[in-house]
Amino acid sequence: MRAWLLDPAPASRRQARCGRWFRAWLGFSSNGLAMTGLAIVVALVLIAVCAPLIAGSRAATLQSLGDRLQPASRAHWFGTDELGRDIFARTVFGARITLTIVALVGAIVVPVGLVIGLPAGYFGGAVDAVLMRLTDIFLAFPRLVLALAFAAALGPGIDNAVVAIALTTWPPYARLARAETLTHRHAEFVQAAVLQGASRTSILFRQILPLCLPSVLIRLTLDMAGIIITAAGLGFLGLGAQPPAPEWGAMVASGRQVLLNQWWVATIPGIAIFVTSVGFNLLGDGLRDVADARG
Amino acid sequence: MVLTFLGLTVVTFFIGRVIPIDPALAIVGSKASNETYERVRAEIGLDLPLPVQYWRYLAKVLHGDFGTSVITSQPVLTDMLSVFPATLELALLALLIGAVGGVPLGVVAATHRGRWPDHLTRLLSLFGYSMPVFWLGLVGLLLFYAKLGWVEGPGRIDVGYEDMVPTVTGLLTVDALLDGDYDVFRNALSHLVLPASILGYLSLAYVARMTRGFMLGQLRQEYVLAAKAKGLSQWRVVWVHALGNVWVQLITVIALTFGSLLEGAVLTETVFSWPGLGLYMKNSLFNADLNAVLGGTVMVGVAYILLNLISDLLYPLVDPRARERT
Amino acid sequence: MHRRLIAALAALPLVAAPAAFAATPPDTVVIAKQIDDIISLDPGEDYELSGVEIATNIYDRLLRYEAEDVTKLVGGVAESWTITPDGKVFTFKLRPNQVFQDGAPLTADDVAFSLQRVVIMDKTPAFLLDQLGWTAANVKDLVKATAPDTLQFTITADLAPSLVLNLMTSIVASVVEKKVAMEHEVNGDFGNAWLKAHSAASGAYKLVAWKPNESVILDANPKFRLGAPFNRRVIVRHVPETASQLLLLEKGDVDIAFNLSPDQLTTLNGNKDVKVESFPGSDSWYMSMNVADNRLKNPKVRQALKYLVDYDGMVSSFLKGRFFTHETFLPQGFLGALDYNPFKLDLAKAKSLLAQAGYPDGFELKMDAPNTSPFTEIAQSVQQTFGEAGIKVSIVPGELKSVIGVYRARKHQLLLVSWGPDYFDPHTNADSFARNTDNSDKPATKPLAWRNSWYIPEISKETADAAKELDTAKRVALYEDLQRKVTDEGPFILMFQTAQPIASRANVTGFRAGLTEDITFYRLTAKH
Repeated sequence: MRAWLLDPAPASRRQARCGRWFRAWLGFSSNGLAMTGLAIVVALVLIAVCAPLIAGSRAATLQSLGDRLQPASRAHWFGTDELGRDIFARTVFGARITLTIVALVGAIVVPVGLVIGLPAGYFGGAVDAVLMRLTDIFLAFPRLVLALAFAAALGPGIDNAVVAIALTTWPPYARLARAETLTHRHAEFVQAAVLQGASRTSILFRQILPLCLPSVLIRLTLDMAGIIITAAGLGFLGLGAQPPAPEWGAMVASGRQVLLNQWWVATIPGIAIFVTSVGFNLLGDGLRDVADARG
Repeated sequence: MVLTFLGLTVVTFFIGRVIPIDPALAIVGSKASNETYERVRAEIGLDLPLPVQYWRYLAKVLHGDFGTSVITSQPVLTDMLSVFPATLELALLALLIGAVGGVPLGVVAATHRGRWPDHLTRLLSLFGYSMPVFWLGLVGLLLFYAKLGWVEGPGRIDVGYEDMVPTVTGLLTVDALLDGDYDVFRNALSHLVLPASILGYLSLAYVARMTRGFMLGQLRQEYVLAAKAKGLSQWRVVWVHALGNVWVQLITVIALTFGSLLEGAVLTETVFSWPGLGLYMKNSLFNADLNAVLGGTVMVGVAYILLNLISDLLYPLVDPRARERT
Repeated sequence: MHRRLIAALAALPLVAAPAAFAATPPDTVVIAKQIDDIISLDPGEDYELSGVEIATNIYDRLLRYEAEDVTKLVGGVAESWTITPDGKVFTFKLRPNQVFQDGAPLTADDVAFSLQRVVIMDKTPAFLLDQLGWTAANVKDLVKATAPDTLQFTITADLAPSLVLNLMTSIVASVVEKKVAMEHEVNGDFGNAWLKAHSAASGAYKLVAWKPNESVILDANPKFRLGAPFNRRVIVRHVPETASQLLLLEKGDVDIAFNLSPDQLTTLNGNKDVKVESFPGSDSWYMSMNVADNRLKNPKVRQALKYLVDYDGMVSSFLKGRFFTHETFLPQGFLGALDYNPFKLDLAKAKSLLAQAGYPDGFELKMDAPNTSPFTEIAQSVQQTFGEAGIKVSIVPGELKSVIGVYRARKHQLLLVSWGPDYFDPHTNADSFARNTDNSDKPATKPLAWRNSWYIPEISKETADAAKELDTAKRVALYEDLQRKVTDEGPFILMFQTAQPIASRANVTGFRAGLTEDITFYRLTAKH
């Protein structure tokens, strides 16, 4: 199998492609930090998926006013918050919210960035000018300020936070897609497709898009940490997920009132945010290194 | 440039109009009669069609008139000019910390590539990237102010020292020094140090990483080898020649960092009750103070456009891939 | 200087300066408080809680409840007064030799001007005087200085004299110096723009500076009618974060902290440098049910929901010390306030009521609630207890101002909010909780009953009768009856009355938080 994958003279296209991926994986897996990142992200996904199993009998939103602000104990591993809810369970369920936000933002940003960046790069001229001007306008805002303004305008809530973050995150993707398109549009196979009479849309989306995708996806992985932190920031300011949802940023905000004496209420969700974004950063760095080595 | 500016005002203006807080209600309060409410609505022009409202707003902005803030009853421009120095002071010191710490770290990481200083720098940067600044601020406050008592707490200065030195630059520490009042200086600095260090750490992370990248590029160049061969000391080659060559690139990076510092200021200022632009904008946003929100966003946007312009001018000097990472 | 700067900067990341000895100046009282609600300090416009409190200390009023005895109505700038038997014409004799802070004599002309300008400017608090039947057109005829020391006014509405006198203790009866105000008049604004951030007053303090969202600085007025304040300067500093207020207090950077949460207060137990005193407040925290919703229209459903709130659980845990259960619309301490708490958490009763109403399995409701503490905690607690009876509540949090926007537009189902009285008379609350005679979409005012589409012509009439009842005992009886009706049948789940636990440094004496902002005085506060 390994020999087949690493065969320097692949017999088929498929074998060649698989071989390329495998070599990339070998490079990636020899990178300890990148593997740590991958492990963190995989763990996060598992925690999110199996949240009810992990949290066991503890529910993220169950209040118990008699057990407020308890320190860590056997019953409550991370202690309890101001309404007597189990912080461990809330942190575990919080992973779901964080992943949802990241996934949704990604699902909006990548298509939007491509739809704007590809035509701009391919057609050039007026199309390029208009689309890039639009991009510049959004780039001209500091991201958090704009997200804040959007979130305030749309009203608080996870959905709106996602939209607000997406609205401020897409411009670099458009730029990236445009740059990639510019390098590929005169490639021979594109010219060949043109000669064969393929339509412009088909060239754009069948030929060029797949070439842009890897760098866009790597960029997305690298951005994930930023998205998580921005989302937590919105939550912290009261504009993200709303109670009783166990969103980490909002948990930090509510723990802030009792910071001096019940430090764990604010600290633990903060650590969760930190570890998660470290994970995504490591993973993204690793992926980029692999891509750089290939390119 | 002009188009970007126009787009900026359009976007902010329309965000301002769809905000769920009713600005007229924000002025008259919950208990006002309907009549008072309607009158105020008309006074601030909310009954006109949107394009007309926008046109009026734009015309005023072009004359430097951002309107009057509801919260402070002062012209927004006056407000901005009074809060901006607080943010500037914070951001400048943060930038200083970032540059003074980040550049050497990056250089050392590059010269010790693959060895422990490199790993350490990488880890430091990584943590900087991954840290939610509001949380770091809280933990810092808990540790250094509440538990250890090394620094002063939230706010810019103790009340006892307020208004003790004349305003010259608006930067309290500088004004205190100019006035020769060291007590005020000590107090202001002690308030400033923690938030600036926290913001500074974030920029340090970025600067160190970029410096490392630039330096690696330089150290591979032939002249470095040649210089070494000629017997120049390693120290001189690295710190004078190689670093000298990446200086311009570094300044661009630092200029860009400054933009992200303005952004980090919103959360940091919230945590530290720092009376700067970030807190001002957050407050006006949460109080439906439209003119203040619009004015603030436009101002920050313009600052951003200018910073971007500078970096675009210097663009060819910077590794495009490096820039992509911002 | 240069060397010092460099030395200081070099040590920066490790944190340079040792924390200076933290103490506020001995003759200055520093108060940490959330004062971002202030939008103006002109007493003709000022109507936000913190602003009124500041103005209470700057401006003297026609009549007052004074710091020395806050339960007794006494003259402010007026020394005595007479009322005609029909209760329409009020004549006030001013105290002799009063002066403004700039030394100019205070005359009846200033008082008349102050009342007139409130009505003519028609800013938010104008409605307080509009109730008397005054309008911009008639107020100059109805309010007059008949001699330099005599003010006379006539009311055209039917109102109990005690109510009218109580109105004269409110913010709108603040005496502004006419000459100074008119010197700063712009476009016929009676000096409003200037007075937002300046003072022309005769009260205990002079306004030195108001920096919005930062601080208010007040200097003692040594010429004050009742003698100079016990301190030279008061600084009210805006500290939005309660955790920061706690820190500042513990470190001695402020003398008094206003907004600490119960959990923060418990951490102060055993701290010898700090003491906590609790004063009753007058805000009512309640949840409203919009009866335009078909389900909430059913009285049985409304009653069931009133049995689904864990009143005692909340006040004994996260609301401890800040609130107590109080289920009527008149706060304790007000004339006629009733101690009547018929509802407590009773799941069985609530379920049977819901079953009788035809909802044995419950239903879903939206609840608008402000996104600040402790609103969020209350909302979440209610969400849980409602849930136990099958009422699924989804919380729609928003900024307080946007929640109020929803409320005034009647777009809510459930809504959590608080209410504070406007002046020290039962009518202020009755007039909002128990009045709605025009249920159309554009009424002249929007009382709370209207905001919940609770159309109550008969109860409204009783409210009006209570307002004009001349006999105080009968008046009390009417208010007691109104309170029972509103608590039992109304669209309000009245839950809590505020208490104000004030934490201060141990060396601070004489600070009392008033039942309302109109009676929170700074002048007896001293440091030893």
